[in-house]
Amino acid sequence: MGAPRQAETAADLIAMLRPLIIIRKIPNIDFMGWHKAGFALSALLTIGSIVLFLVQGLNFGIDFSGGTLMEVRTLTGPADLGQMRGTLTGLGLGDVSLQQFGAPDDVLIRLARQPGDDKAQEQGVQKVKQALGSNVEYRRTEVVGPTVGTELIHAGVLATVLALFAIAAYVWLRFEWQFGVGAMLSTLHDTITTVGLFSLLQIDFNLTTLAAILTIAGYSINDTVVIYDRMRETMRKYKTMDFPTLINKSLNETLSRTILTVSTTALAVLSLLIFGGEVLRGFSIAMLWGIVIGTYSSLFIAAPLLYYIRPRRSGSAKEAEAASAAEREPVS
Amino acid sequence: MLYFPKWLVTLILGICALGVLLSAPNLFSAQTLDALPGWIPKKQVSLGLDLRGGSHLLLEVDMNAVRRERFNALVDSLRTEFRTARIGYTGLNAEGDHVSFTLREPERLDDVRAIVKKIDPDVDLTSNGADVTLKPNPVALESRTRSAVEQSIEIVRRRIDETGTKEPIIEREGQDRILVQLPGVDNPEHVKQLIGRTAKLTFHFVDQNVSPEDAKAGHLPPGDEVLPLQDSHSGQGASIVVQKRVMVSGDSLTDAQSTFDQNGAPVVAFTFDSVGTRRFGEATRANVGKLFAIVLDNKVISAPVIREPITQGHGQISGNFTSQSAQDLALLLRAGALPAPLTILEERTVGPGLGADSIHAGALASIVGVVLVVLFMIVFYGQFGIYADIALFFNLCLLLASLSLLGATLTLPGIAGIALTMGMAVDANVLIYERIREEVRGGRSLISSLQAGFQRAFGTILDSHVTTAVAGFLMFWLGSGPVKGFAVTLILGVITSLFSAILVTRLLIVTWVRRAKPKLLPI
Repeated sequence: MGAPRQAETAADLIAMLRPLIIIRKIPNIDFMGWHKAGFALSALLTIGSIVLFLVQGLNFGIDFSGGTLMEVRTLTGPADLGQMRGTLTGLGLGDVSLQQFGAPDDVLIRLARQPGDDKAQEQGVQKVKQALGSNVEYRRTEVVGPTVGTELIHAGVLATVLALFAIAAYVWLRFEWQFGVGAMLSTLHDTITTVGLFSLLQIDFNLTTLAAILTIAGYSINDTVVIYDRMRETMRKYKTMDFPTLINKSLNETLSRTILTVSTTALAVLSLLIFGGEVLRGFSIAMLWGIVIGTYSSLFIAAPLLYYIRPRRSGSAKEAEAASAAEREPVS
Repeated sequence: MLYFPKWLVTLILGICALGVLLSAPNLFSAQTLDALPGWIPKKQVSLGLDLRGGSHLLLEVDMNAVRRERFNALVDSLRTEFRTARIGYTGLNAEGDHVSFTLREPERLDDVRAIVKKIDPDVDLTSNGADVTLKPNPVALESRTRSAVEQSIEIVRRRIDETGTKEPIIEREGQDRILVQLPGVDNPEHVKQLIGRTAKLTFHFVDQNVSPEDAKAGHLPPGDEVLPLQDSHSGQGASIVVQKRVMVSGDSLTDAQSTFDQNGAPVVAFTFDSVGTRRFGEATRANVGKLFAIVLDNKVISAPVIREPITQGHGQISGNFTSQSAQDLALLLRAGALPAPLTILEERTVGPGLGADSIHAGALASIVGVVLVVLFMIVFYGQFGIYADIALFFNLCLLLASLSLLGATLTLPGIAGIALTMGMAVDANVLIYERIREEVRGGRSLISSLQAGFQRAFGTILDSHVTTAVAGFLMFWLGSGPVKGFAVTLILGVITSLFSAILVTRLLIVTWVRRAKPKLLPI
């Protein structure tokens, strides 16, 4: 474009804009060299998550455990949690937990599931309302009976399992079964570790969190699919390239895209975390973790896994045979 | 890849314009929109209860209660019929899902069969020697459940309409559930009280020969039952013995109003239809001086003396009412009785304060998120970044437009979905641009780099979008409430971003290339 022309229209102005930052060089990171460390770390994270889940369990919100949740705002200055706790504990409603929720005058009250049927839950709410009187604004009241809670758990688990299989099936359909297995394992890894994070931090695990986990599954597979796509292309282009080099090449070539996409998504999620309010906090935390772990697992799990379960190479069988013979020399 | 036929350009521009036009109403208040001429689209995204404030109730129709009641009625009728037909039996009772008894004379099974068929044709009879078991026919049971749920929905709707709630949503969910959504109701106690009552009204004769004490001691004559008195003056636990046979039932009422009696106490005045009037007239004429009981949901409201025959079909119920409870009862009687009790399985109420805060927080988070993404794209892609941002703008418009058009409900997780979709939407652009850069580095010419960039990235973009959509569909299918709202925005976002990232961006770049004829790509 030689010397800049006179900008005449808005379109011309735009046309003069150059990117401020350009990633010019294709990096040359030896991902395969790190993959064993990655596997070890992931195994540790996965096992840790399962152990945490079994030992400590999840802090199930009322969506799943049943029970009552009330968000109240005191109308007379900051809430006196101690005093409120005293008032509510005296009601004989079993386990009552109080927690500050965002602002100092917002309090989240949780009642455990009342013994008895769905009607008993309703009576619990009535008692709390009578005890707190009119000094508070009832911002939110949620009562979930035992019947619905159980159903929601079933539906949630079913949705997650189906999502994993559906995604694997799609990848299998578009690629080959080895890719499907790799995608499913890495997505499973992301799902389990997200659950582990929720168990570790004891963040409220509710319906919105579940939505986050399914979204993470979708996001993580996004990343994996992009990388697999490139691997397949490279496999076709360089029929005799050994697998570790091929994986490294594909990962490096797509790395700039990976970083940029992670950044834009993370920006959106960060703004949700900071400005989205208390109700979305659990969701945002899950998503943020999911973006990080999803990217990590695409690079260090999904791609290297294919080194172990090698997809068939297109082209003649002889060529493939020769190629795999060449690959048998491990690169360490 | 770089050639756009005229019709395609027109189509793309048309869709974008439509998107802007249809999403624009969301920027204005309802009042502003009303003032505009009629041809301007006014459909806005409807806000979920978590944003606008309101109550969400999930009710279950208690079919077990219906079944139990039907069994009891069946047992009663069998007793009467067997006595008339002189059929001997033992152990007649209802338990679980069936009624069973043993015949003294097994050869009279055919008579029994005929009697059962006469009482209730929907009951299946099986016999094993002298042992007879009666079970409701499953097909009939299912159609009965369906009609009970439908009837319940209708009656719940009538009751809620009478309370003056605006735009309530009352619909069936699953097999035997009813979803009730009450926008703007932040204290659903009254509504819950109203729909929590069956409101089955019946008139019975009082059996004055037996005292409640005798009856409780086990001397209850067949055909009688002991019912508790509702808030009686005579202390707690008072009860009264009434005949099980119904004199007239509340189904025969045509109207009920709350009013005051001569002493100024609140009462409910009612009017019978012609059948009810006749039956009530006959019954009272033959029993002047006796007591009858007004029974609501198995509790005796009052048991007045019949002073004179009531033949006009008017009457009033006095029963220690407040004016509110008299109004409620009148409302319930007008709306009719529920075929089965309703249990509240789930209640979610959001006050207007929290709703407004959530909208505020959600909008702020989305705006900040979008602005950050827009800036990010400009920093990393310059001119092409701006093209991606323009596509992002149309993407957002189209997403809002399709949400408005579909009448989808926007929830707080839905807003999160929008913010997230915007973050992920530019991924398609990133994929294309990175690919173009690669092709440029690989030494291709400008045009062929662009061509290859779009072409090669397309497959990847499609794959990544489909997988996200798969997760979205599962959430929509299996999720409930807020999760569904999130899933809808996610799925729609995938579709709109596919359009905007691929077609809109490409059109912008191709147009620029044609006009400016650049020798280098600004990338």
